[in-house]
Parts: sequence; C-alpha cells; structure tokens
Amino acid sequence: MILDLKKLKLRSVNEKLQNIDRKKNKRDFVISNPEGNHAICAGLTENIDVTIKGHVGYYCAGMNQNANIIVDGNVGTGVAENMMSGKVHVKGNASQSAGATAHGGTLIIDGDASSRCGISMKGIDIIVKGSVGHMSAFMAQSGSLVVCGDAGEALGDSLYETDIYVKGKVKSLGADCEEKKMSKKHKTKLKDLLKKAGSNIKPEQFKRYGSARKLYNFNIDNVSNY
Amino acid sequence: MCGIVGIYLKSKKFEKSLGRMLSKMLVSMESRGPDSAGFAIYNSDKNKIYKYSVCLNEMSFEKFKKEIKKKVKFTTIEKNSDHVILKSIEKPNEILPILEGFSPISLVGYGKSIEIFKQVGKPSNVVKKFNLDNFSGTHAIGHTRMATESAITTDGSHPYSTGEDECLVHNGSLSNHNNLRRKLKKSGSKFSSDNDTEVAAGYISDSLKKRNLKKTLNKGLNDLDGFYTFIAGTHSGFAVLRDEIACKPAVIAETKDYVAISSEFQAMAHLPNVNNAKIFEPEPGIVYSWGK
Repeated sequence: MILDLKKLKLRSVNEKLQNIDRKKNKRDFVISNPEGNHAICAGLTENIDVTIKGHVGYYCAGMNQNANIIVDGNVGTGVAENMMSGKVHVKGNASQSAGATAHGGTLIIDGDASSRCGISMKGIDIIVKGSVGHMSAFMAQSGSLVVCGDAGEALGDSLYETDIYVKGKVKSLGADCEEKKMSKKHKTKLKDLLKKAGSNIKPEQFKRYGSARKLYNFNIDNVSNY
Repeated sequence: MCGIVGIYLKSKKFEKSLGRMLSKMLVSMESRGPDSAGFAIYNSDKNKIYKYSVCLNEMSFEKFKKEIKKKVKFTTIEKNSDHVILKSIEKPNEILPILEGFSPISLVGYGKSIEIFKQVGKPSNVVKKFNLDNFSGTHAIGHTRMATESAITTDGSHPYSTGEDECLVHNGSLSNHNNLRRKLKKSGSKFSSDNDTEVAAGYISDSLKKRNLKKTLNKGLNDLDGFYTFIAGTHSGFAVLRDEIACKPAVIAETKDYVAISSEFQAMAHLPNVNNAKIFEPEPGIVYSWGK
C-alpha cells in the first residue's frame, strides 16, 4: 500500500500506521514524497514493514516497537530515538543523536552518522557502516555501537555498560572510556551484529572500547571531594 | 530556534527563479522562526551604481522622497512595501552619513549587488509583502527568527549587514557579544541594536578589512563564544560555519547548478533535482565556502 505524503496529511499517515487492523492483514507499506517531514513513522507498535522513499526530517521512527522501517534516503536528528524493539534501516546518512536513549531493537545506518550517535542508549544495537561524529555513545548505558568507519572526538564519554566497536580511527576517547580486550565472546557478538547489517567485515579488524568504570563507581579514596 | 537558508547558483540556469526558490525555503522554515523574516539577494550589475536598502519605518514614502531629494541627487528611488532601494553613483562615504542621521528611517544594507529586506511578522507574510518571488540574482540568504535575546523589531531581524555587500544570518546565540561590541566600538564599528548577531556581523566586517572570509571565520572560531550556524554573504558568494559543539543544525544540498543550505532538509525538498543532489551536514568548526 502506497501512502503519498504529497496527498495525505502526515498525521493521518502516522495514525493509520499506528492503528493497524490485524484482521485485514496488510503488513507492507510504502511512504512516498516524505520531503523532509518530521516524526514520520513515530510510535508504531505492530510488526509491519514500512519503506520510506526519500529524505526525512527529525525523530523518524521514534519510539518504534516491532515495526521494520527502511528509509531510502537521509534522516534528520534523532532517528529511532527511544526505540523499544524492531528494526530501522537508513540507506543514506543520519544527522545527530541517532538512536538516542533507545532501549532495544536494531538501527542500521549505511552512510555516516553525525555527532552524539547513540547518546544515552539503553540496550539498542546500532551499526553504522560509515563514520560517527563527536560525543558518540555519550553516557551510553547498554547495548552495542558498531562503527565501520572512524569515530569523532570524545567517543564514549561518561560511558556505562555499552560495548563500542570501531574499525577505523578514533579521534579521541571521552572521560572514563578505554580500549578493552576483544575476547571470543565479543567477536561472536560482533560477527552477529555485522551479519544483521549485511556486512562481511571480519570482527578481527575492529577494536573494542568500554567503560573503565571509575566514574560511576564510588571510590572511597575520593570521599573528601564530596 | 530560528531558521536559516541560502542558495548559491553555480550556473545561470536558475537566476530568474532565485527569488521563488528562496521564498519557498523561507516559508517552510516558518515553524522555526515565526517572529520576523528577512533576506539578502545579490544581483551584480557590473556598473558603478551603489544600492542602498532602507527601511522607512513610520515615515511615508512621499515624505521620504521629498526629504532625501533635498539632500542627495539619486538616480532612482524604488519603493518595495515599507522598504526603498536608492540607486546612486555616489560612494558610500558620501551617502552613509546622510542616511545614518536621517530619523526615523534605518539603513539595512548597501553595496553594488546586495539588496536587503526584513520585517517583523510571519515569514509567509514577509515574503509576500516584498514580492520575493519576482527577484532574480546570483545568490541569496534568508532568515526566519524566533526572538530570544533582543526584541522583535526590524532592527532585531536578520540579515545583518555591517559592510559593503556583506551580510550575516545566524541560528544560535552568542555569549560574549557585549564585550566584543565594546571592543569593536572602540575601533570604529557602529551598531544599531542590542542584538548578538549584529556584533558577529560587525566582527566579520572588521576582520574582512585585513583577511579573506575563510580566514575571518576561522579566526571567529576563537573569538566568538556561543552556539551558532552562520551563513555569511559577500558579493561573490557565501560561507557557512557551525560552532564546534554543533547543536545548531544545518544541511547542505549540492548539484551541478546550485548549492543550497538550510536548517532542515524540508526547506530544500522543493528545489529542482534535489533528490539527486549530494546532501551532507557541514562538519563542526569547518568553514565551507562557495564563490566565484
């Protein structure tokens, strides 16, 4: 079913996708002429397939649950922000804060992601085939961020328990982020993630970064500082 | 918030539709800036005529015409809503002192190719009022304002022009503008508002006396403190700069015919062939420039 945003109002398209009638069994949707509109496919809850043909604005696929959303273009700020489950695949580039605060699901970006990719992520898996900008995975709590290109300044600043894998150069690491040993367990996990994104790059080519756990654990030696 | 837009034409193909292209961009950025709007459009006539863009404020056109003819012999006076464009072969050093002391009008810009129009109100009303659709030119910059640090007035609207054929639009806010304004005033710069962007425009004009636009903006990275995405225009083109934290958005679309920049992609969605354009975000702290 084709939903043309030149003819239909964004709100009616989103309402339609948010209120799928299970009995009718329509599970395939194409959105044409998105023209940079914001909040397209926000708040979907059913296991449906939506392909957006073109570039979209902010908060596309925000709060997604179960839906499988493909964007055949670029996305603005906050794609898949607060996603709970499902899959979002961006074929172009993403602006800042991709996958911000997301609890689950998979976000795949074929191009580059801008700054603050995966900021405060809480369980989502993000695979970026290009590079990410500064402050990516800032205060990230759990899940994985895979970067096949380079990472900008202050990667993983104030990091909790997210695993970060980077193949290229890291401009600088943020506070309390450090390089970690890549164990067999991590290689297997990374291989799975890359496979999900259709990439056959070898896990051995990546380095793993994680939290040094000094910032968020109380150290008795610092007691006089409080 | 605020919305900024700009188009630089690489070929002559769209020169006649430049106004129409910019007008749609401004209107789609209304949600980012509903308080006022303005635009600078460059159309270089290769002659010696200077154009002075003036906002009449509460003065009537007839009265202005009568008064100004006593003071200066202009070749033409063109009225466009509450703005007028004065065209004269007389140089800025002769004309500027006359216009600057002429209450209640305000000079909004001057140069051989620039024309500036700005006014309070919704962007869709502002572009209609000035008939932006009918303008042609080589490049243009526009702004829709959501006022934060100074009042909603014509003087508080962008673009700011503080030098010949120069202009600046800004999304963001500067934190050291008072100090910088004091310094610039000491070295001879003049300001007509309390606005932070006017200070940045003055800073750029002052620096352009010594160095080119690219070097000026690179120097600005150290001297201008705050959040910003700037588009700075000159007679030959424009440059774009985002501060290093890059909270303020910008997206660029480049085709063989034009370069367009806006705060959000939706402002460019109507541009010809935009779906085949190279689309990217300007990286923080890096100066991008286009010009002949």
